[in-house]
Amino acid sequence: MGKTIAEKIFDAHLVDEPFEGAYALKLDAVFCHEITTPIAIEDLKARGIDKVFDPNKIKAVIDHVTPAKDSKTAEQGKIMREWARRHNIKDFFDIGNNGVCHAIFPEKGFVRPGYTIIMGDSHTCTHGAFGAFAAGVGTTDLEVGILKGVCAFKYPKTIKFELTGSLRPGVYAKDVILNIIKEIGVNGATDCVMEFTGSVISDMSMESRMTLCNMAIEAGGTVGICYPDSKTVDYLWDFIKNDYKDKESAIKEYSKWVSDKDAEYEKIVKIDVSKIEPSVTFGYKPDQVKTVAEMKGTKVDQIYIGSCTNGRIEDLRIAAEVLKGNKISPSVRGILSPATPLIYRTAMKEGIIDIFMEAGFCVTNPTCGACLGMSNGVLAEGEVCISTTNRNFNGRMGKGGMVHLASPATAAASAITGEITNSKLYKGGEK
Amino acid sequence: MKNFDGKVLFLDRSDINTDEIIPAKYLTEITKAALKPYLLEDLKLAGFDPKKDVSGKRAVVTRENFGCGSSREHAPWALEVNDINVVFAVNFARIFRQNMSNCGMLAAEMTKEDIDDIFNNFGGKETVVKVNINDKTAEFSASGKSKNYNFKITDFDQALIEAGGWVDFANKRY
Repeated sequence: MGKTIAEKIFDAHLVDEPFEGAYALKLDAVFCHEITTPIAIEDLKARGIDKVFDPNKIKAVIDHVTPAKDSKTAEQGKIMREWARRHNIKDFFDIGNNGVCHAIFPEKGFVRPGYTIIMGDSHTCTHGAFGAFAAGVGTTDLEVGILKGVCAFKYPKTIKFELTGSLRPGVYAKDVILNIIKEIGVNGATDCVMEFTGSVISDMSMESRMTLCNMAIEAGGTVGICYPDSKTVDYLWDFIKNDYKDKESAIKEYSKWVSDKDAEYEKIVKIDVSKIEPSVTFGYKPDQVKTVAEMKGTKVDQIYIGSCTNGRIEDLRIAAEVLKGNKISPSVRGILSPATPLIYRTAMKEGIIDIFMEAGFCVTNPTCGACLGMSNGVLAEGEVCISTTNRNFNGRMGKGGMVHLASPATAAASAITGEITNSKLYKGGEK
Repeated sequence: MKNFDGKVLFLDRSDINTDEIIPAKYLTEITKAALKPYLLEDLKLAGFDPKKDVSGKRAVVTRENFGCGSSREHAPWALEVNDINVVFAVNFARIFRQNMSNCGMLAAEMTKEDIDDIFNNFGGKETVVKVNINDKTAEFSASGKSKNYNFKITDFDQALIEAGGWVDFANKRY
């Protein structure tokens, strides 16, 4: 019997089985941010074991509330800063250099095919886009990861998604993953790896693959995973070029991180993406999804473009194409948060920031803030936001607020009209 | 080992997420105790009032996929500082379940039939539960009537609960 990519990564990293059914894995990287890490740091200090397993394998960022909004968030930042200094953690990204964790860590080349990664953040599943096993964990697992470089998991079951057909113009990875979650439900992949395969994935950029994998957790998935290929190597090339004589040898090396043809799956789900229309959520669960056409005319108060789901340069380019030459409706507030400083600067050089500002958007620094109602765009009671983020839970962006999740194209088009609207980039017709 | 016995809080809904258990705006707290007043503050459930319904409860019975969403361990902590150390559900989100065990708390899985039966027999009544972790059974009682149910936890989860958590265990072993 063959193995899935996740099983191969497990086998290559197995330290031991501390209990029946539990597999302790050696970690290639432990990612940290200022919301879930400080309590782990303080606990390690209290236990008298304030150590890190390997400062080069720990990557840390302040991203959720930055710059600090009050004394409590300032304290969280301070704990991170002092800890990074104390342990000589060189890859620590603070104000001026910081960005949304799941955008900046791949951008810095910290994710490689076959890696095992944990972080105290559920959207760690994003990094599976590189063919890595990357999983969100709680503070206790994070603490042990920091201290010992191991984390225990159940042996992975995998659901394979075979995506066939081709995306219509104006339909994006965000629409695909919303429709996958709609089909299997928010409990549909609990305790399972979600493996995304097919020519649709091969055609997708790394940015789109990250968008797809980012929302695996919204179906309960442990990680969303794509096979590494030439696009993975192109994306990582600056970081790996000294390790390989050419790109072909890197692709060959990485090709071991692909599932065998006779691998065993929990389930195989086939989806023809040609049928997918631009989509948007309507309730308080990410599996409550309708087409934009069905939701057309729903008034919105705020448009948010950013986050670990859709705050990358590709997303900004698409939104700018929709916004160019237009003003946003006077009845709405538009907020853009480019996910990293590099994305921000690239967008400035390409004139994208200017298009957003000309349209009437406020452009904030890179931060997670608004997505979870922490800062930089919190909703008031009864307000509605169309957002390129990943969660529409009750209260998520502010108590009593409603969040409609959508692609950057749909969000930008809705900013212009002040209501949920299909973008001019979508040419597939409406049912 | 923690106490798992006492009055039951019924949350008759599936997919209760960690933002509902403890909203993100409270994640700036550095102590667990500070989370106490905010447990289930944003729960969307008809007739539920966190200010009245949480007090004095020691266990939660709910439906499917409890604890989905964010990885925040603040969700189990918010339960723990309210003296709720056990949740019964058909299933749990992976990270939430692991966080519960890592804290020595019990995320007990039951069949859908048994959860339905508990809601039918005890829902809405003043109910008390008594947990036997060795037999993996829970006895629910209300108005003189009692009934036993089996629950499931993995050996890993049970060992962590008995060891009092993952940090001490891992620190010795690795």
